[in-house]
Amino acid sequence: MSISEPTIDSMIESLDLPLNIKKTLKDDALKVGVTKKELEDIIERVLESYDYACVEPCEAVGVVSAQSIGEPGTQMTMRTFHYAGVAEINVTLGLPRLIEIVDARKQPSTPMMTIALEEGYATDRDMARVLAWEIEATHIEHLADITTDLANMQLIIDLHEKTLMQRSLTSEEVAERLRDSLDVVVTVSGDIRNQIVLTPNSPSYRELLQLAKNIHNITLKGIEGIKRVVIRKDGEEYTLYTEGSQLKEVLQIEGVDVTRTYTNNIGEIYDVFGIEAARNAIITEATSTLAEQGLTVDIRHIMLVADIMCSDGEVKQIGRHGISGEKASVFARAAFEVTVNHLLDAGMRGDRDELNGVTENIIVGQPIKLGTGDVHLISR
Amino acid sequence: MRKFSLLDHELIPKHEIMSEDELKAILKTYNIGKEQLPKIKIEDPVIQEIGAQAGEVVRITRNSQTAGQAFYYRHVIA
Repeated sequence: MSISEPTIDSMIESLDLPLNIKKTLKDDALKVGVTKKELEDIIERVLESYDYACVEPCEAVGVVSAQSIGEPGTQMTMRTFHYAGVAEINVTLGLPRLIEIVDARKQPSTPMMTIALEEGYATDRDMARVLAWEIEATHIEHLADITTDLANMQLIIDLHEKTLMQRSLTSEEVAERLRDSLDVVVTVSGDIRNQIVLTPNSPSYRELLQLAKNIHNITLKGIEGIKRVVIRKDGEEYTLYTEGSQLKEVLQIEGVDVTRTYTNNIGEIYDVFGIEAARNAIITEATSTLAEQGLTVDIRHIMLVADIMCSDGEVKQIGRHGISGEKASVFARAAFEVTVNHLLDAGMRGDRDELNGVTENIIVGQPIKLGTGDVHLISR
Repeated sequence: MRKFSLLDHELIPKHEIMSEDELKAILKTYNIGKEQLPKIKIEDPVIQEIGAQAGEVVRITRNSQTAGQAFYYRHVIA
């Protein structure tokens, strides 16, 4: 005689097990149909195997993680660039990308965003296109031919009507933007369509040439720093992929789904979404970098790395300027990098080393506080 | 400025300010002081949004790939 769902619930609910295991246990018990006695037996066995699967106290998890990530790392490609499957956008992959992640670089070498769209925009290709132009930075060279007229000391801009239409700009708007950003006289030509004439304030060759150069730096429309936007259909929805990343600005655009927009720039995620999101991003990025190379590393190792990088409320790199460089022990720091400087500075300051960690105890030749070395007998 | 709630984002887990009693119970189970918990800055956008003060502790309910759901605690620091 099998037992009912509430009984199973009451038996499982109080167990000290992760949610996943409880759920599987409950689902399977319901599916198969067990008696009370059988379920009790099962629970006992599950608790036993769970206990067996747990990490022992004093286990050196950090070293295991380091090896588990380091060894597949040796098999990764050294080649930096690779056209990833995602819409012909060039992204850094392999070892260089992994190094970038653990180094907590402020700016990755190939920032990229995945922009999800809100309902109404997501299924309509034209609406998605409009948003894409809203986001992609438009510069003057996309729109026009520029001629430097040395005889009249002018810069003549001939706008292409078709591209203007495409990006829903008018020659007046372009002229307005130029007027705002440059300190010159901007006139929209009366007789020739779509022609704008720029005249520098003082008629000198230097200023004219300078102007011809500066005009390329002005963003006429879109978000500065987003070099290219690609639209792709994922399943039912259109998604935008961008080269360059400006999370804060993109989130302000109407039609962008704030809850599902993502960037591979972890520093930016930290600034906009906070430390917990940054930790999740580190895990996602590291796993996908490894997976892309056909390497599978247990996620718990990567989670440990991400946790240690984020434990102080900011993203710290693994290395001299982060985790390793901020260790309390002088010996542990000296064993890592720039040995002489650390010892010299510590000597001048008169630092003390409490010999609490692993590295420093190995250096002085004592048992380390790991495994059996961390077990003490206390008599009562 | 477009207004939106950060907490809706799929990367951001649930953050909630803990009451004194809950905090005491947690610190007792782990046998540690509040200062030994992982930290979170008061300038953190999520902390700003839920309005936690320095010295408080937030409970974070993470969606863990291994455990399904996991609790994490962070001490808010100035």
